[in-house]
Amino acid sequence: MTAQESAMRSKEKSSAPETELIDIGEQARLSARRHERIMSFASPLGLLLLWEIAGRLGLNDVRFFPVPSTIIGMMIGMIMSGELIEHVLISLQRIVLGFLLGGIPAILIGITMGISRPVRALIDPLIVATYPIPKSAILPFILLIFGLGEMSKVVMVAIGVFFPVAINSTAGVLQIAPIYLDVGKSFKASRWDIFRTIALPGALPFIMTGIKLGAGLALILIAVAEMVGAKSGLGYMIWSAWETFAVAKMYVGLFTIALIGFGISFLLREVERLVIRWKVDA
Amino acid sequence: MTAAANQAPRRPVKIRIHHLIKRFRDLVAIDDVSLEIEEGTFFAIVGPSGCGKTTMLRILGGLETVTSGAVEIADPAPGRPQYSIIFQGDSIFPWMTVWDNAAYGLRMRKAPKAEVDASVSHWLERTGLTRYARLYPHQLSGGMRQRVSIARAFANDPEVLLMDEPFSALDEQNRTILQQELLRIWEVDKKTVVFITHSVDEAVTLADKIMVMTASPGRAKTIIDVTLERPRNVLELRNDPRYGRIVYGIWGHLKDEVEQARL
Repeated sequence: MTAQESAMRSKEKSSAPETELIDIGEQARLSARRHERIMSFASPLGLLLLWEIAGRLGLNDVRFFPVPSTIIGMMIGMIMSGELIEHVLISLQRIVLGFLLGGIPAILIGITMGISRPVRALIDPLIVATYPIPKSAILPFILLIFGLGEMSKVVMVAIGVFFPVAINSTAGVLQIAPIYLDVGKSFKASRWDIFRTIALPGALPFIMTGIKLGAGLALILIAVAEMVGAKSGLGYMIWSAWETFAVAKMYVGLFTIALIGFGISFLLREVERLVIRWKVDA
Repeated sequence: MTAAANQAPRRPVKIRIHHLIKRFRDLVAIDDVSLEIEEGTFFAIVGPSGCGKTTMLRILGGLETVTSGAVEIADPAPGRPQYSIIFQGDSIFPWMTVWDNAAYGLRMRKAPKAEVDASVSHWLERTGLTRYARLYPHQLSGGMRQRVSIARAFANDPEVLLMDEPFSALDEQNRTILQQELLRIWEVDKKTVVFITHSVDEAVTLADKIMVMTASPGRAKTIIDVTLERPRNVLELRNDPRYGRIVYGIWGHLKDEVEQARL
């Protein structure tokens, strides 16, 4: 709720000089948003509750499906011992680095493709040809090139993030009304200025969609990469739990990944709201 | 001697169009138009839709190339831009505030920040937008958005303003209000204006000279002087018999063209 409060405050600040211009729909929109947020927390919690009840009633086998309370107990223990934190931090580090390594070139290349026909003609076939390859299938290749160290994990995430962000950035530029580019040209905007003031902000809603898709892929790929070629991280933790039949620990790993996924998408939604405030309903 | 002196003094030519031809594949959009526009003239171009008037403006604005012939806008004074365009419909950036939109031209030509601030606040004031400076376009009405577009063009302080049916997307009340405001702003320092419109009334209301274009292919049919004195009042003009006569005269030229365009 604090993020929302601060968003409200900044909104008030920005419209301070024109106090007469109060948006009547504002209150209604805010309360609708609060409702949506409560609901998005309610459904996963409800599911956990059902699971707990089913386990306690003996409806499912707790050796394979330990109840959430057992898993959470295990989780707390692993947090206390520092083991979980360590795995989480290393996975997050790989995800963040991979996001930067894949996302920044993806935005630059994607937007350039959107602006320039020749660049699009040159690069589009490469993307079309490589995009359908399942990213998990190239893990051996990546291990071959980058070895078992950190780089192979970061590269896997980067590859996952690159495609949706690049493709959406291009689409985002292409849907910008041509008149805005005419305006840029008529004011003698340089290529860099057109990129910076028109293509990037105009494509931003699409780019954010690409980033959200990329985040999902990043989580999948980091887990796969860590299962095969790592000695740390959540993927490794889940895999070694399976190998030692530590079922509850395996679930802790799954829970943690789910939580991270939830956290990332929550974060990205807030970021999206901030960066595309100019959209009618953002 | 005295008779010649009584006529309007010749001012330097600001815009010269020389045997301009523009073809899109097989379609001749503009067929051999030659034209000179003197500095400080409010020059309107009217014609039926498809007569190439918007194409002509886009060529003047460097957004379209010529097939043959030449267009030329006199070099601006050092440090000033040659022209700004006010586009038809929504052309202000939805992702920028009113202030940033108005500052766009100045920022693109790397004007010092003090100059940007001074010019933008001056023109937002003149266009009645000061209190909306921090808002985004989606929070404004269509008329307000077109005001931003006008402020953006004027704040850039160009020597020539190219306007492409700037008010055609507005309702009649807003159009009348904005026409009056444009006249009020323009009559202060009388920049050279090329104003494209399909509305004869609008052309007569605003312009010093009106070029009537023929239907496709676009040719210059005639150029009419609007001798109504300035400053003009948009409402009072409509009650002026001379206004009616000029409008009627232009319709005489246009009638055949409109009918031809329909065939």
